[in-house]
Amino acid sequence: MTNITLKIDNVDVTVEKGTSILDAAKKVDIRIPTLCHHEDLCIAGNCRICVVEQIGKHTLTASCATPAEDGMEIKTSSPKIRKARKDIMSLLVSEHNTQCTTCYRSTNCELQDLAAEYNIDNETYLSVLKPNLEIDKSSWSIEKDDSKCIRCQRCVRTCADIQGVNALAVTEKGNEMRVSTFMHLTMNEIVCTNCGQCITHCPTGALTERRYYDEIWDAIDDPDKHVVVNTAPSVRVALGEMFGYEVGTQVTGQMVTALKKMGFDAVLDTDFAADLTIIEEGHELLARLKAALVDKDPNIKLPMITSCSPGWVKFIEHMYPNHLGHLSTCKSPQQMFGAAVKTYYAEKKGIDPSKIVCVAGMPCAAKKYEANRPEMRSSGYQDIDAGLTTREIGHMIKQSGLDFKDLENGEFDSLMGESTGAGVIFGATGGVMEAALRTVYAVITGRPVPFERLNITPVRGLKGIKEAGIKFENCLPEYSWLEGVEAKVAIAHGLTNARVIMDEVAAGTSPYHFIEIMACPGGCIGGGGQPIPTTDAVRIKRTEAIYKEDMEKPIRMSHENPEITEIYEKFLKAPLGEKSHKLLHTKYRTRKRY
Amino acid sequence: MTNIPKKADILFSAYSVEPYQILKDAMKRKKEDIIQELLDSGLRGRGGAGFPTGMKWKFGAAEKADQKYVICNADEGEPGTFKDKKLLTDVPRKTISGMAICAYVTGATKGFIYLRAEYRYLLASLEKEIEVFEQKAKEFGLDFEIKIFMGAGAYVCGEETALIESMEGKRGEPRNKPPYPIQNGYLGKPTIVNNVETLASVSMVCRLGAEEYKKLGTSDQKGSKLFSISGDSPKEGVHELELGMKVSDFVTEYGDGDTKAIQVGGVAGYCIPRKKFESTIIGEGQTTGGSTLIFNSTRSMYRVLHNYLDFYAEESCGQCTPCRVGCQQLLKGIEAVKAGTKPPKYLDQLMKLSNTMNLTSKCGLGQSVTNSFTTIVENFREEMIF
Repeated sequence: MTNITLKIDNVDVTVEKGTSILDAAKKVDIRIPTLCHHEDLCIAGNCRICVVEQIGKHTLTASCATPAEDGMEIKTSSPKIRKARKDIMSLLVSEHNTQCTTCYRSTNCELQDLAAEYNIDNETYLSVLKPNLEIDKSSWSIEKDDSKCIRCQRCVRTCADIQGVNALAVTEKGNEMRVSTFMHLTMNEIVCTNCGQCITHCPTGALTERRYYDEIWDAIDDPDKHVVVNTAPSVRVALGEMFGYEVGTQVTGQMVTALKKMGFDAVLDTDFAADLTIIEEGHELLARLKAALVDKDPNIKLPMITSCSPGWVKFIEHMYPNHLGHLSTCKSPQQMFGAAVKTYYAEKKGIDPSKIVCVAGMPCAAKKYEANRPEMRSSGYQDIDAGLTTREIGHMIKQSGLDFKDLENGEFDSLMGESTGAGVIFGATGGVMEAALRTVYAVITGRPVPFERLNITPVRGLKGIKEAGIKFENCLPEYSWLEGVEAKVAIAHGLTNARVIMDEVAAGTSPYHFIEIMACPGGCIGGGGQPIPTTDAVRIKRTEAIYKEDMEKPIRMSHENPEITEIYEKFLKAPLGEKSHKLLHTKYRTRKRY
Repeated sequence: MTNIPKKADILFSAYSVEPYQILKDAMKRKKEDIIQELLDSGLRGRGGAGFPTGMKWKFGAAEKADQKYVICNADEGEPGTFKDKKLLTDVPRKTISGMAICAYVTGATKGFIYLRAEYRYLLASLEKEIEVFEQKAKEFGLDFEIKIFMGAGAYVCGEETALIESMEGKRGEPRNKPPYPIQNGYLGKPTIVNNVETLASVSMVCRLGAEEYKKLGTSDQKGSKLFSISGDSPKEGVHELELGMKVSDFVTEYGDGDTKAIQVGGVAGYCIPRKKFESTIIGEGQTTGGSTLIFNSTRSMYRVLHNYLDFYAEESCGQCTPCRVGCQQLLKGIEAVKAGTKPPKYLDQLMKLSNTMNLTSKCGLGQSVTNSFTTIVENFREEMIF
């Protein structure tokens, strides 16, 4: 590693060779404005707002895209730079729909912040905003408003580099250049996984989730409706960011109180359904292992792959349609939850399921799409009526006039409100795997997993693909066939990593028994419905909060959740049983690649 | 006193020596000697940017890599230039020979001719020429093959990194520099990109020797240069001229007697008004790709500039803000001033904007808009307003 030294604003900075001028400046706390730059993404250098002066050079230098060099002298503030940046901002604003008051991203917009900082007006240049741009609202999950697009290509790079999907691409050139889709098809017609990573990487309001809160307010206001909300584990560790809390603050109790005050008839916990998923999926894994290892059934597909992440599910349906047999047939926790609410919950509470509106509060954009999949009506109704993002929940809380920071801690309502630490960690990459291993190991051996305080650390963390092995020893008699077997598992997050795993599966060389795949980097805590921005630093803090909540839970294995025991005793009877099969499992479909 | 611009007859001269003989002779020489010869000759890139060719090759030769490439940039897209087309039609072996010498000197084993989409009709004849060359290469023991890559019509793909992106199957957009193609070019390998005329000139430098070659030209610009002359001229066409002529002499020879202004270097170049004909020497201070448009007094310079900006607004790749939006603003801006919806002083704002575009654009396209914009607006301001 070679180090080099340059001067930035007369301060000597020593950095590793290859470091950009922007990062070198950060090192000495010199802030340079950026727009097209995002630390998750490759360098584009196209917005040009980060220009700096390099002594001895006539033109200005894009600091994000230029490696620092030994002996370089850089100025980050000068009349030349200020004029240039102001001009660039004016140009961006001149092709932008500046009706900020009606924009969903207002006050959380990088363009708006910089426009204010540089005091940009609408008079300096003529508007070159294309007239009659229509907002594409065709997708269940994502709205695309080209009038807000600044062509920074963050979404394009996200979709290509992080997700390997390439749903969004740059089309045309010059004054017609824009971010569009294959053949300019609408967002519901293209190969899009609805993961929403484009949204969380968009600096403006060009890409947003499709909002459903008006419909939900209507339901809340309707006295005939019993409106149930369940919130995913990742929501409670991120929602606080919408209210000025430090990243990584758990606000579970306040969130529950807020939702109750807003008028939801019951506030339940998706984590309950996560525990339920573990029971079903764990038994499915055991059944598959037995069929493969004992019965030598050649039709059994291993590795089995998780199906909790609807973005991932749609990805495999498009990209690997011949390998859908590897997916667990388990529905995602959200959909298990919906199906159970409209059957079990309705029955126990004596409520007509047709009067129940089941809302899911999710860190996710794809959950909106998933709720509307035709497969997801096994209760006889649409199992989940609407999916809300963490951001929408934040907006609804604000709309209710609640002072979030002053709220007391509340408790989830019962029947489907109890959860374990295992359910909580579903929010982080590796969490489903860890939760599954905790239960599966205990079921097979009668003992807890041999990791200190149940923390299976090899499956945790932000590494793109993680591997682990766990050996079953001294198995209970009924699982003696697993004696000495080492279960090999892998975890991938981000669809580019999923592709690596799937290429092995498709080639028949995958060495694993069980694989967890999440569409979004970091898992659900980095989901497309989470507060913006999300970067690795943010992912790490939200993940820490998830594991902290896990440690605080009195019960940390799904099969020990008393409400889970209850639902099996009183309703489902047995894992993988007839009712489970009808309500909690699903089928997949093959989709085209264009 | 009027001097007739000195014509040169090097590039289009008949193959007095078979070009592949030049290659054969070159291959007998040390690689460093050839680089030195090019450095001594003062030959600069003939595509417009004017980077010293010997220097580029020196860097290319110094790069260590398992694969290097030579690309002949035949995406001749600058409005008003058509010299490369003529070279490839009349004397393609001079260019191909130049590519092969480059391969020999730098150690590249694969070469491409990036042929402008509109020159597809040349494809068959060039492929035949390449067959001839490959026979010769085999004979000389040179491990170098050439393929033709067809462009698709974007102006920006004449910019070498956009050209490489398009060859890689990507959208033709300029890359961030550094790294330069010489370090990280086609498929991430060191790549030497030279213009058609540059490569042909290399053959000529090798044949004539640096001493002889640099007798032509001025202290600043050496050798001969092809000029694509068009517009209000009775002598439209490609002319090989010695560098270093006064505009007044040039206009006397090639104008129609009523020349109002000339545009040197295409839309990316400069406008020279009549009052500066006597004091300006073509190619001094700034290099040129050789496009020379001549306008007589019947031409509206507003229409000329409008045409240029219209072209730019469409041909900007669109990725960087100053170029994408700036071009549209300049175009809309002069329309507004002409229509009276913006005051004449708005032109000053636009001049500042073109300066910002020059300072901040990612590639030469956006950076050079200011050249034609400021020289036309400064010299013909009243035509912009009235």
